[in-house]
Amino acid sequence: MKYDSHFRYFSLTLIWAWLGIFALLAFLLVLGVSFLDHTQAHIVIPRLTFTNYQFLFQPMLLKIFGKSFSIAATVTFFCLIIGYPFAYFLSQLDRHYKSLLMLFLIIPFWTSSLVRSYAIMAILKTKGLLNLLLLTLGIIHQPMQLLFTNVAVIIGLVYNLLPFMVLPLYANFERLDRRLLEAAEDLGAGRFIKVYKILLPLTKPGIYAGVMMVFLPSMTLFYIPDLLGGARSLLLGNLIENQFLFANNWPVGSAVSVILTAVMGGMLFIYWRATQRHERQQVLL
Amino acid sequence: MKKNSSNITRYTWLTAVYAFLYIPIFVVVFYSFNNTQFSLVWHGMTLNWYQDLWRDTNLWVALFHSLLLALCASTIAVVIGSFAAMNLYWYRFRGRHLLYGLVFILIVTPDIVLGISLLILFSLMHLDLGFWSLLLAHITFCIPFVVITVYSRLVDFDSHLFEAARDLGASEITIFRRIMLPLALPAIIVGLLLSFTLSLDDVVISYFVAGPGYEILPLKIFSMARLGVRPELNALCTVIFVITVLLVLLSHMTLRKKT
Repeated sequence: MKYDSHFRYFSLTLIWAWLGIFALLAFLLVLGVSFLDHTQAHIVIPRLTFTNYQFLFQPMLLKIFGKSFSIAATVTFFCLIIGYPFAYFLSQLDRHYKSLLMLFLIIPFWTSSLVRSYAIMAILKTKGLLNLLLLTLGIIHQPMQLLFTNVAVIIGLVYNLLPFMVLPLYANFERLDRRLLEAAEDLGAGRFIKVYKILLPLTKPGIYAGVMMVFLPSMTLFYIPDLLGGARSLLLGNLIENQFLFANNWPVGSAVSVILTAVMGGMLFIYWRATQRHERQQVLL
Repeated sequence: MKKNSSNITRYTWLTAVYAFLYIPIFVVVFYSFNNTQFSLVWHGMTLNWYQDLWRDTNLWVALFHSLLLALCASTIAVVIGSFAAMNLYWYRFRGRHLLYGLVFILIVTPDIVLGISLLILFSLMHLDLGFWSLLLAHITFCIPFVVITVYSRLVDFDSHLFEAARDLGASEITIFRRIMLPLALPAIIVGLLLSFTLSLDDVVISYFVAGPGYEILPLKIFSMARLGVRPELNALCTVIFVITVLLVLLSHMTLRKKT
């Protein structure tokens, strides 16, 4: 019996110590640094201040926040519009095809998103395949500038994050009681009623989880705008990157991260309130 | 008739999404064999770009660094994470919900926030940025995925299995070793493969905690991709894609065989 408790205390201490230091403590440090001052010579100096947060209210920074939010919202919208029917259709297939097609969905999910962003670069460049295709079809008469635009950033983000939307939705659809849909059909419900009154409410946990998994990364995956958007496109992620690595202003970078974490907290709170415990277990990957 | 039209919608939608997911990757694979530097037109099959890769010693060093890092990080993360998952499943200890919540939050937290948090922590600890900082960071972001993978596998089992063992006099450690571990083994292997892949692919967190002395593959690719699309890079991305597919197939088969 003694060994039991040794083992238990050892393994629990290990995980707590690890996450306590490298997650909790580290997050708290960011919060702390966001209230500290900085000078040209020192990255951080221990003097309490609120200037970092005041700095964020400059029009230029507010514009970045606005832009980042609207890009993230657009990306989330497209992922949902594409991913929701996709996950539904997938869940309706025969078991045999389903497991095969799931495998084909997992592969991009596991593939380096850097490699996948690079692939989008290759497609969108001025002498790329998409331009060639559009020219051949006669839809455009001159190669379009696609790369290094906001549209490219949005395409790149949707491409990278679509699996993150589909997987929780699919998990949700898989555990859906199909008899409810059949019952509705028998009782004369049309397609619209079926989707609106039954499918949507029952897949709420999947939608929330998917939105969360897509929205936050689309504000922060800074290397996608770095590769696809050129210098003009700035997400919150690029702002943090710049403050930390080029402007050497850690306090302002930390303040942006704190805001970002607050947004995450808000989304988690909504998710927690709007879903039941058993529903949340259903959509975990 | 109605059934038919909805079937057409279904297959069109599925095909279109898969095309969207795979065409860009296949284009890269295709052009990695094209015998020309810039043109889109097919100039014949070549392995030149792969030979260039083969001769690039910097790349081999970065690859070796990445593999070593991924191997160490995934192994340690799997040990810590699997034990944590078994504890979370089996015991009702104080702070259990907190631990579970923390794991969940770590999965949702944007990588960049974890990246800068660790950068601040390491600079406070006066830890030089390099192998060790990368290792600590990678273990940290892999642990939650291992915990979730193993935990959700355990939840799928009938808990009576474990209770029966206890009633028959098995000590806790026997239950862990002889029952839980073998049952969770496929999930543990998948957790290992997933951690390995995550570590091998990570850009954001590594970007903040890597030092100039220890170059790793994703950051190398990032700096190459910034210069634009090039045939050698097509070849490199193809190699990485093929490795990923193999890893996914391996983990798929692991889970399949045991269930």
